Amino acid sequence: MKAMPFIICCMTIGLVLPVLAAQHNEYPVSPPPFSEGIFPCSTCHAGLAVNTRKRQLKDEHTAITLRHAEKERWCLDCHSAGNRDKLRLADGETIDFTESYRLCGQCHGNIYRDWKAGIHGKRTGSFTGGKRTYLLCVGCHNPHDPKFKPLKPEPPPVRPKAQYGK
Amino acid sequence: MLSLGALAGLSLGNLSCTRRAREEFLQKHFREMTEADKAAVIGRLEAQYQQQYGKAVRVGTEPAVPGTLWGYGLDLSRCIGCRRCVYACVQENNQSRGNPQLQWIRVIRLKKGSLINLENSEHYYDPATVPEPGFMYMPVQCQQCENPPCVRVCPVKATWKEPDGLVVVDYNWCIGCRYCIAACPYKGRVFNWAEPTLPPQEINPEVHYLGNRPRMKNVVEKCTFCVQRVRKGRYPACVEACPTGTRKFGNLLDPASEIRYLIEHKRVFRMKEDLNTEPKFYYFFSA
Ligand code: HEC
Ligand code: HEC
Ligand code: HEC
Ligand code: HEC
Repeated sequence: MKAMPFIICCMTIGLVLPVLAAQHNEYPVSPPPFSEGIFPCSTCHAGLAVNTRKRQLKDEHTAITLRHAEKERWCLDCHSAGNRDKLRLADGETIDFTESYRLCGQCHGNIYRDWKAGIHGKRTGSFTGGKRTYLLCVGCHNPHDPKFKPLKPEPPPVRPKAQYGK
Repeated sequence: MLSLGALAGLSLGNLSCTRRAREEFLQKHFREMTEADKAAVIGRLEAQYQQQYGKAVRVGTEPAVPGTLWGYGLDLSRCIGCRRCVYACVQENNQSRGNPQLQWIRVIRLKKGSLINLENSEHYYDPATVPEPGFMYMPVQCQQCENPPCVRVCPVKATWKEPDGLVVVDYNWCIGCRYCIAACPYKGRVFNWAEPTLPPQEINPEVHYLGNRPRMKNVVEKCTFCVQRVRKGRYPACVEACPTGTRKFGNLLDPASEIRYLIEHKRVFRMKEDLNTEPKFYYFFSA
C-alpha cells in the first residue's frame, strides 16, 4: 500500500469527509471481537512513539503475524498511526472498529456487496422491521490472517444398526 | 388394507383409558378447530408437559403471517460440513436425543466434482477437522415443497401445507403409517420408533403446536423452518447457528429479502427439480 499520496489527498479534501461519514453506520453490527483488555488501544499507544518501520514486533502483539497480502502491506495501512483507537481507509479517513467492514470492503468489493445484502457472512435477530444485526467480517476472519480456519465437526449421527440393534 | 380406524387404534395403543386419552382421541383436526377448541387443546398439552417435564412449556398456535411465503437458501461454496446446524436444530426443536436419535438435518459429503446422489452419499464422515480437501458438503432437510408428495399420500390428512408454504404435521392426528416417509424424495422426514428421549433440563419451552412441541412414540416429524420462530420474525435456529454464513432465509414475496437477492444474483438450483415437487429450498454457489 502506498500511503503517502492518500494522506496528502486527504488533507486537501478533509473538510468534506465528515459529511460523507455521516451516512455510514447504517449497518448495526455485533461488537468487535477484541481480546480482553486490549481496547482502548490508546491506553498504551497514547504514550508510545509511532514506529512506521515494517518489522517483527518484539515487545507487544507478538502473536500477530500478517498473512494477508503481507508483502505489499503493513499495520499502519489499516490502523490509524495518529489515533490507534481507529482504523484508516486508503483515502486517509479514520473510522471506528464498529465499521471495519468498510475497510475490508475497499479491496473485497463484491463480497462487501453480498455482505450488505445479508448473503456473505450473516445477519441475526429479527428480519421484520430492520432490527437485524450484521456479524462483522472480523467475526469470522482474523484481519491479519483471514483464511477461514478449519473446525472440529460435531459428531456424526448414530447408524441405524447401532440404534435399533438390528 | 387396514381400515383407518384400525390404524388410528394402533397409535393410541399405548395410552391408558384416562380422561386425557379420551380427550385426545376425540380431538378435532387442527384445521377444523375453533379458537375455543384450540385453547382447550393447548391447555391440556401445557398441563401434560408441565407434569411430564416439570417445566412450563408455552404452546403457540400462531397462524401464517399474511403475505409471507418462506424460502431457504444454502450456499454450497461456503458450507464446511461442521454440523453445528444439526445440533442447533435438535436443541431448538426438541428432538429425541438418543434411542431413538432423531435429526432433521443430514449433512452429506460429496467428492468435489461428483454428482449429487442422496441414495449412497456419506453422512457419517468424522475427520478431526472440516473441511476436508477434495470434498464438499450438502446439508439436506425438508425442502418445503410447493407440491409436496408427502402430503398427497397421507391417508388421514395429518400433514399439510400451510399458507406460508410450511409443510407441517399434527402429531395428534398422525397414525404412524409412514407413507409420507416413503414418498419424500429428500429423506426429509423421520419417525419416532420408540418413546422419544428429551431430558427435561434440555427442553426448549417456546414451542408451536405444528412444530417443536414434544412428540410421542409412533409419529412422524420434520423440519418446519422453525415455524415457532419464523412466524415471529426470527431466523430459523440453523441459520443463526451456522458459523460460515452458509444458510439464508427470507420471504419469497418480499423483494428486499435475502432469498430474493440470491435468486436474482447467484446461480441457484433446487434438488431433483425434474420431480416437479417445486421445493422452496434453493442451493446456490456464491463463489
Ligand atoms: C488488513 C488490515 C489490517 C492490517 C494490515 C493490520 N490490522 Fe490489526 N486489525 C485490523 C482490524 C480490522 C482489527 C479489528 C479486529 C476486531 O474488531 O476485533 C485489528 C485488530 C488489531 C489488534 C487487536 C487484536 C485483538 O487481540 O483484539 C491489534 C493489537 C492489531 N490489530 C495490531 C496490528 C499489528 C501490530 C499489525 C501489523 C503487524 C496489524 N494489526 C495489521 C486490521 C488490520
Ligand atoms: C499493553 C499495551 C498496548 C496495547 C493495549 C496496545 N498496544 Fe499496540 N503496541 C504496543 C507496543 C509496546 C508496541 C511496539 C511493539 C514493538 O515495537 O515491538 C505496539 C505496536 C503496535 C503497532 C505497530 C506500529 C507501531 O506504532 O509500533 C500497531 C499497529 C499496534 N500496536 C496496534 C494496536 C492496536 C490496534 C491496539 C488496540 C486494539 C493496540 N495496539 C493495543 C503496546 C500496546
Ligand atoms: C488493501 C486491500 C485489502 C484490504 C483492505 C483487505 N484485504 Fe483481504 N485480501 C486482499 C488480497 C490482495 C487478498 C489475496 C491475497 C492473500 O490472501 O494474501 C486478500 C485475501 C483475503 C481473504 C482470503 C484469504 C484466503 O487465504 O483464503 C479473506 C477472507 C480476506 N482477504 C478478508 C479480509 C477482511 C476480513 C478484511 C478487513 C479486515 C480485508 N480482507 C481487508 C486485500 C485486502
Ligand atoms: C459468518 C462468517 C463470515 C463473515 C461474517 C464474513 N465471511 Fe468471508 N468467508 C466466510 C467463509 C466461510 C468463507 C469461505 C472460506 C473458505 O472457503 O475457506 C469466506 C470467504 C471469504 C473470502 C475469500 C474469497 C471467497 O469468495 O471465498 C473473502 C475475500 C472474504 N470472505 C471476505 C469477507 C469480508 C470482506 C467480509 C465482510 C464484508 C466477510 N468475508 C464476512 C465467512 C464469513
